[in-house]
Amino acid sequence: MEKNIKLLQGNEACVEGALAAGMNFFAGYPITPSTEIAELSAQKLPRIGGRFIQMEDEIAGMAATLGGALTGKKAMTATSGPGFSLKQENLGYGCIAEIPCVVVNVQRGGPSTGLPTSPAQGDIMQAKWGTHGDHPVIALYPNSVQEIYEVTIDAFNNAEKYRTPVILLLDEVIAHMREKVDFDSVKGKEVFDRKKPTCPKDEYLAYENTEDLVPPMADFGSGYRYHVTGLVHDQFGFPSNNSEIADTQIRRLLNKIEKNKKDIIKYEEYKMDDAEVAFVAFGSTSRSAKESVDKLRSEGIKAGLYRPITIWPFADEKVKEISENVKNIIVAEMNLGQYVNEVKRVSSDKCKVDFYGKINGHLITPTELTNFVKEAIR
Amino acid sequence: MKVSNVVKDNFREDKLPHIWCPGCGHGILMHAIARAVSNKGLDRDKVVVVSGIGCSSRAPGYMNFNTLHTTHGRALAFATGIKMSQPDLHVIVITGDGDAAAIGGNHLIHACRRNIDLTTIVFNNNIYGMTGGQYSPTTPTNDYGTTAPYGNIDKTFDLCDLAKAAGATYVARSTAYHARIIEKLIENGLDNKGFSFIEGISVCPTYYGRKNKKGNAVDMMKSLKEDTIDIRIAKKKPELAEGKMLIGEFHNSEEEEYTARYDKIIDLFEKE
Amino acid sequence: MSASQKLHINKDWCKGCGICVEFCPKDVLQLKDGKIDIKAEDKCIQCRQCEILCPDFAIFLGGDEE
Repeated sequence: MEKNIKLLQGNEACVEGALAAGMNFFAGYPITPSTEIAELSAQKLPRIGGRFIQMEDEIAGMAATLGGALTGKKAMTATSGPGFSLKQENLGYGCIAEIPCVVVNVQRGGPSTGLPTSPAQGDIMQAKWGTHGDHPVIALYPNSVQEIYEVTIDAFNNAEKYRTPVILLLDEVIAHMREKVDFDSVKGKEVFDRKKPTCPKDEYLAYENTEDLVPPMADFGSGYRYHVTGLVHDQFGFPSNNSEIADTQIRRLLNKIEKNKKDIIKYEEYKMDDAEVAFVAFGSTSRSAKESVDKLRSEGIKAGLYRPITIWPFADEKVKEISENVKNIIVAEMNLGQYVNEVKRVSSDKCKVDFYGKINGHLITPTELTNFVKEAIR
Repeated sequence: MKVSNVVKDNFREDKLPHIWCPGCGHGILMHAIARAVSNKGLDRDKVVVVSGIGCSSRAPGYMNFNTLHTTHGRALAFATGIKMSQPDLHVIVITGDGDAAAIGGNHLIHACRRNIDLTTIVFNNNIYGMTGGQYSPTTPTNDYGTTAPYGNIDKTFDLCDLAKAAGATYVARSTAYHARIIEKLIENGLDNKGFSFIEGISVCPTYYGRKNKKGNAVDMMKSLKEDTIDIRIAKKKPELAEGKMLIGEFHNSEEEEYTARYDKIIDLFEKE
Repeated sequence: MSASQKLHINKDWCKGCGICVEFCPKDVLQLKDGKIDIKAEDKCIQCRQCEILCPDFAIFLGGDEE
């Protein structure tokens, strides 16, 4: 049987994954190193009857993506650092108005214009706290071109299932490198579509406090007329200052993610069974960490790797468990210490947590990590 | 409670009365939009009303359509996403002078330029009302606002000139006083397959009026009557137009609409 | 428009701005205790100025109501 394999760039695999998940609308603005995602979407979408629009700025890109999602489309936008900053207000709007969509952030060096063509992992905390107020966040971060293809589908599925924007984090290295993608790897994978109302039209509550915490969402134009606002709103969607309503509705937003952590959280463990030293790393850094694990093991050091694919919500229980089973955790990130603080927050006192970071635009190499571990466990 | 057919058909009665101050012109303009929708016989399930933030932008909450109250300045960007993704919807944008011309100015320019089929109505009250009376891009020079305590040194923005220059295919202005006329202009905007920009001059007796000694709501409405002149009359008798604001239809041209142009791209591949 | 159409008032929505009173061409309306009131309905020429100029939808000329 002929294999369905292609050599693709990471950004291209993201678009292929999005299309496999049913993307039919893209609104964005060009920015390095994410631009290929817009370019390929522009090329592919009209061929399947979908639509692409290049907006006048990043803010508009996010706004139009949400607008598209409101008419029932599976919508995506893609950006990087400065653009991700600009998108934050409307990202928060998407959270409170519960509008499913996917926001890709190909991380580059920051702050500000920073290092536009170099990789970084400096937006880990921004992905969680970038927009103001308490809000739900699902952020996924694959580490290979193959996985970008697959995780982009997960991103859409999570968005549709939980009626929320999902952030797909990439970094310049995995976005621009080329690897083979086996399209058949997702055969049989479920593609999830948002739940739609079936009730009589005058009984529809767009923001109902349903048992599963995710109220059905009607498409604009489908006959279910309702109101959408970024103000705190009641079950109908209308603005409310009522403190009880505010409390219930905002907690529901967070709980719909919190209570479904088991479904949302994905990770990979590499040689963790007997590990005494565990790396915590994601994205391109995790590739170096994996190689370092093998190198350390060849020298008799029992190393392993815990690689979160779901960055947010944070896997509290899992990381706590790891910290109870290993002597050392090494958190390696291309920033000056972001995820490490989360790891420390949940880790057992018996475990020493060390941090290795880098912000000069270069990848963290396996050799650096191997040397760092040897020093840390001495 | 008895309400008119226009109110019954187009508004969420349980949300009324609205939050606007006594004598605010916004209610008059909102009513005119509803009448225009009724007159045109649009399928209300296919009408989307989008707004940004500010006094004007509270309107959609009262209107019984698919309604979207977005972030400050971004109504046109959300509306563009809606129209682009689902061109069979009638998309009406309600925005204010600050929302459309300051924080959302860039979106306005580009929505005009694309000639995307959105009908935009600016409720221009010359002030930031929701935040308590700061000067806006349309506050006349030398007028006062809470952030212009010594008089506004900014040059005031002619939004219709802006919209026309940026490529809108329908551009018109009228006022809350000229309620029948603006109703008709909005109908024309709904008819235009392209970007329509209708500036509705409103009155804000609470902030702009009080700060600038313009009198009460009635006085301000009288000024809208007396200090404006239709562009057709002004062209014939320029001497009558001195010191007056032009109202009427400024621009009406036919150009291919944006989503229709995109449809042609999709069609290329459907034939494949 | 039938001659039988009546003016309807909704005092709950009236904010007492006085716009309808001022712009009624026949002096049909007045403010009473800060709210709209019909003073002389027989003078009404059914022009609907009050209805379209009321910012609060508090007055209208009857449609097909009972």
